[in-house]
Amino acid sequence: MTRKVKVKPVDTQLFARYRPLPGVPDELVDANGAMRPAWAGLIAHMSGLTEAEIAQDFARGDQHLADTGVFFRNYADKTGAARDWPFSPVPVILHDSEWADISAGLIQRADLLEQVVADLYGENRLVAEGHLPASLIAQNPEWLRPMVGVRPRSGHFLHFIGFEIGRGPDGRWWVLSDRTDAPSGAGFALENRVAASLVFADFYRHTNVHRLAGFFRSFRDALERLRIDPASRLGILTPGPLTDTYYEQAYIARYLGMTLLAGEDLTVENGHVRVRTVEGFAPIDVLWRRMDGIWSDPLELRSDSQLGTPGLMSAVRQGNVTMVNALGVGVLETQALMAFLPKIAQVLTGKPLQIPNVATWWCGQATELAHVRAQAHRMMIGPALATRMPFETGAAHAIGGVMRGTDDADLHAWLTDQASGLVGQELVKLSTTPVYQDGALVPRPMTLRAFLARTPEGWQVMPGGFARIGAGSDTTAISMRNGGSVADVWIVSDRPTEYVTMLAQHSTPFQRAEPGPLPSRAADNLFWLGRYIERTEDLLRLVRAYNSRLNEAASEPLLETIRAQLRTYNVDAAEPFPSGVRDALTSAVYSASQIRDRFSVDGWAALKDMQKSMNRIAQKAEAGNDAALVMSVMLRKIAGFSGLVHENMYRAAGWQFLTIGRSLERAAMMTDLLATVTDPAAPAGGLDLAIEVGDSIMVHRQRYDLLTSRESVIDLLGLDESNPRSVRFHLDVIAHRVNDLCRDHPTGQLAVFQAQVAVLRNTFAAHTVYSLDTKALRRHHQRILNLSVALNAAFMN
Amino acid sequence: MIYDIKLVIDYDYANAATGGRHLACLLPLSHDADQRLISGALTITPVPEERTDRSDFFGNSITEFSFRGAHSGIAVMLSARVERFEPLPSPADATRLADLPVALSQIHNLAPDSPLHFLSASPRVPPTAEITAFARARVRPDMTLADILQTIGHALHGHMRFDPEATTVDTPIAEAFAARHGVCQDFSHIMIAALRGLGIPAGYVSGFLRTLPPPGKPRLEGADAMHAWVRAWCGPRAGWIEFDPTNDKGAGTDHIVVARGRDYSDVVPIKGTLRISGGQESHQAVDVIPVEG
Repeated sequence: MTRKVKVKPVDTQLFARYRPLPGVPDELVDANGAMRPAWAGLIAHMSGLTEAEIAQDFARGDQHLADTGVFFRNYADKTGAARDWPFSPVPVILHDSEWADISAGLIQRADLLEQVVADLYGENRLVAEGHLPASLIAQNPEWLRPMVGVRPRSGHFLHFIGFEIGRGPDGRWWVLSDRTDAPSGAGFALENRVAASLVFADFYRHTNVHRLAGFFRSFRDALERLRIDPASRLGILTPGPLTDTYYEQAYIARYLGMTLLAGEDLTVENGHVRVRTVEGFAPIDVLWRRMDGIWSDPLELRSDSQLGTPGLMSAVRQGNVTMVNALGVGVLETQALMAFLPKIAQVLTGKPLQIPNVATWWCGQATELAHVRAQAHRMMIGPALATRMPFETGAAHAIGGVMRGTDDADLHAWLTDQASGLVGQELVKLSTTPVYQDGALVPRPMTLRAFLARTPEGWQVMPGGFARIGAGSDTTAISMRNGGSVADVWIVSDRPTEYVTMLAQHSTPFQRAEPGPLPSRAADNLFWLGRYIERTEDLLRLVRAYNSRLNEAASEPLLETIRAQLRTYNVDAAEPFPSGVRDALTSAVYSASQIRDRFSVDGWAALKDMQKSMNRIAQKAEAGNDAALVMSVMLRKIAGFSGLVHENMYRAAGWQFLTIGRSLERAAMMTDLLATVTDPAAPAGGLDLAIEVGDSIMVHRQRYDLLTSRESVIDLLGLDESNPRSVRFHLDVIAHRVNDLCRDHPTGQLAVFQAQVAVLRNTFAAHTVYSLDTKALRRHHQRILNLSVALNAAFMN
Repeated sequence: MIYDIKLVIDYDYANAATGGRHLACLLPLSHDADQRLISGALTITPVPEERTDRSDFFGNSITEFSFRGAHSGIAVMLSARVERFEPLPSPADATRLADLPVALSQIHNLAPDSPLHFLSASPRVPPTAEITAFARARVRPDMTLADILQTIGHALHGHMRFDPEATTVDTPIAEAFAARHGVCQDFSHIMIAALRGLGIPAGYVSGFLRTLPPPGKPRLEGADAMHAWVRAWCGPRAGWIEFDPTNDKGAGTDHIVVARGRDYSDVVPIKGTLRISGGQESHQAVDVIPVEG
C-alpha cells in the first residue's frame, strides 16, 4: 500500500506517453491497453528518475561493456571490424507463469528434435514412412554421412540448444528458428545481465528476477557427469578469434572455468582426443562445440577446413568423446524441416506442437508450390536447405513477392526452375517491446533467444535469454537484419527468487582446484605476446634516441648506424612514427586476441588502449623532438601495461611463457645493440646511445664515470646481473623460468632445452668485459634467437 | 577375368613430418555384382603407429592410419587379386527425362545406393551452366536415360582431349571444360555435372584398368595410373549403369572398381593431414595383369 504513495506524477508519464503500434501485441502493454503486471516495478523505478539520472545509469552499462571489451564481429561488414555491443538497457520482462508455458513448449520441441536427429542417423523411419522427403536429407550438406549409424556416447545428440522465438499477432509465441549445431548467445545473455544489473543496480537487487547462475551451474554439472575419464577437463571447442562470437566464447569459458580450445589445440591418439599442452598430451573427453559440425574434422568432413582436428570424427565413432552437441545435428536447422515438424510431432509423440513454428511450405511438392506461388506476397521464399533465414545468407530470396539478392526478377520462373530447392515461409509479424529513446519509451519489434540445457533431471530452460530488438518500427521478422540492439530478458516471479552463484556451495568442502596444463598454443601466444610487447618498447627507445639526435649535424654517422640497425627490424627511421613500431604492437594485440580467455579484462583494455593511443599519436608526430616526446608518452603506457601484468598475473605456466618471451626479446635486442655500438669501427656517440636506450644513464654515472667506455657499457648492459636492462640479467630470468617449467618434467626434449638454456647462460656469464667483443656478442645474439625455436620444439608438441 | 593388381603410391617430404593422419581408399570393392575381391592387402611403410580398417557410408574400404614420430615420407602398397565378371546387360528401362521427377519422388530411402545422394552439387562438382547447356543440346525427349548416358559420354569424349599434363587434381571443372582437355578425373566430373544438370543422378567411380589390352585391341587411356569413370541412375528397372567417358565405352571386364562416391572427394585414394614444413612429392605406379589360365 505504501508503495503506491511513493509513486510520483512522472510515473504515469513514462507509461502514459508510451504508444504501442496499432494491431501489434506489445510486451509492456496488454491487449486492453493496461500495463502487464510484470513491468510495474521497473516502470515505477524509471519514472522516479530524471532524464539525467537515467542517462547516468545507462552510461554505467555502456561503460561496463566497453571496459570488458564486449564486441561482436559483423560478417556482413566486409572489413571484419568488430563493433560495439549495441546494448539496450531496458530489459524485456515476462512473468514466470508465461515463461513456464513457453518452457514446456520448448522442452517438447527439444525432445522432438532429439528423436528426429536420432532417426536421421539411425533407422530412418521418418524417410521410409514418407514423413520427410528423402531428398531433403540426401542432398543436405549438414547431414554428415560419417555420422550415419553412430550412436553418441552420451546416448543423446542434443545437450545444449537455442531457439529463436517471437510473439505473433495473436499473442501466441512462435519458434522462428532452431539453433542446434553450435548455438551462440548464452554468454551474451550473461553479459547483458551483468550490464542490466549495473544499470538498475539498486532496483535489480530487490527484484524477484530469476537469476541465471543456477542454469549455468546445472549445465556445468551435467557436462562434468558426461566425462568418463576422471583426468579429463572440460573444453569449449572454438573456431577461433575470427568468428563473430569469439568474445562470447572466451567469456563463457572464463565464467564456467572451461578451457577454450581451437581445433589445432587437439590431436587424436588411438581414437582418444588429447589436448596439446606444455606438459604433453592431456586427456579430454567432453567438448562443448561452438564450431560448426562440418568444419570440425578436415579428414572426414569438409576437407578445406583450417579449423578442425583431423581424426575427431574417428574419436566420435569409437565412442571416446562426447560432443555437445553431437556432430551432424546441424541438419535440424534446415529451414525446410519446419514444413514437416508439425506432422512429425503427431507421428512421433502423438501430440501437436505446443509452440508452433513458422508456417513453412516446401516447394518440392505440387500443392505446396501452388500455395506458395499464390501467396508469395505474404511470404519469404528462400533456399530449402539453408540453416539461416535467407536474408541472413545472402542467397537469392523473395520477400513479399519481391526478388532480392539476385539480378533475376522473375519470381514465378524462379519458383518453377528451383522448386524443390525452395521453401516459402509466412512473413511473421513480431511483438514490440519498449526501448528508451530521447527521454521516452518507444515500441520496437523483438525476438528472443531461449536456451535449453540437458541435465540428468531433464531439460532445463535458462530463465532469461537474450533479446534482439529491431531498429525501426517495421514489425516483420526480417526487420532484424538491419541491426538494431540487444537487451536482457527478465523472468519475474511474484515471490523472491533463489540466489545462486557459480561459486562452490558452502556444503562442499574447500578444495583448491589445480590449474589444468597450459595448452601449447596458448603458451605460444603468451610467449609471443611477451616478445612483441618488449620489441615494441625496445624499438620505441631506439627510435626516440634517433629522433632526439636528429638536429645534431655531428651525429649523422651515428644516425646512419641507427637507421641500419632499425632496418633489420623492418623499421624505417625516416617516418616520424614508424609503421614498423606499430606493426610490433599490432602483433602483440593479435597474440593477445588469440587467448582472450586467459587474459584479464584490465590487461586487454590496457593493451587496446595502448594501440588506440599509438594510432592516434602516430598520425600527428613530427620528426625530431616532437616524435621523441610522443615516444616517451607511449613508453609510459607500456610501463603501465607491464606493471599490470607483473602485479596481477597469476604465477602459473602462462606467466612463465610471457616472461620468457619478454626476457628473450630484451636480451636479444640488447646483445644486438651492444654488438653494433661496441664495434671498434662504430661511429662516436654509440656508447652513450646504448646507455640511454638501456635506461641506465644514472646508474652508469654512479658506478663508473661520467664518460662511457666500451668496458663500462659492456659491463653494465651486458654482464651486470643486477641491471634489469642487461643481457645477463635476462638470461638468468629465462633460466629460472625454464627451470620452474621443467621441474615436473625432467626428461626428453624438455631436459635438452633446459640444458641448452643453462649452457648459454653459463657461457655468457663466463665472459669478461674484454672477451665479450662484437664477434662474441653477434654469436650470442644468434644463440638467444635460437632459443625461440628450441622452446617451440620443447613445449609446442 | 582374374587380375593381379599392384599399386605403389609414395610420398617424399622435403622436410621430415612430425606427425600425420591419413585415409586410404584403395582396396577394390569386395562384394559387388560384377566383381569379387579374392585377396587384397594394403602395406604401409613405415609401419604406422595406428591403423584401422573399416568401410565408409558408401561401402568403400577405408584404411585410417597415423604417424606420431618424425618420418621423411610414406609408401602405400596395394596387392590384390580380383575377379571381374562380364557385366550383365541392364534390364530394359523406358524411363525418360520427363519421367524422372516422378520416379525419384517415389524413392523413400537413404541407403548408400539411393539415387538421391547423387542429384545435387557435391564438393568437386558444382552446377556449371555451360556444361548443362552442352548436355541439353544433345538430348531428345524420346531418349531413355540409358541412351542419354551413352550420348553424353560419347559427346564429351569427342569434345575433350585426353592430356595428362593439362590439369591438376584441383583444376575446377568449368576450367577443364572450357579448355577442352584433362584426365579421367576431369572427364568424369564434367560428365557428372552434365548428367546432374539434366536432373539425372550421377556418381564417380574410382578404380583400375588392365594395363595391357587383349591382343589386337588398343591400349586404354589412363591405364598407367588409377582410373575414374561415371555411373548414372537410369531408371528404377535399369538402376545404375557405368560409363567410361575417357575411353568412350561402358565399364566392362577391363574396369576394376575400387570405390564409388558422389565425386572424387568421396573416394580420394590417399588423403591426409601432416605436420610439416615444406612440400612433398608423390609417385604412383600401377600394374593390372590378367592371371593366365
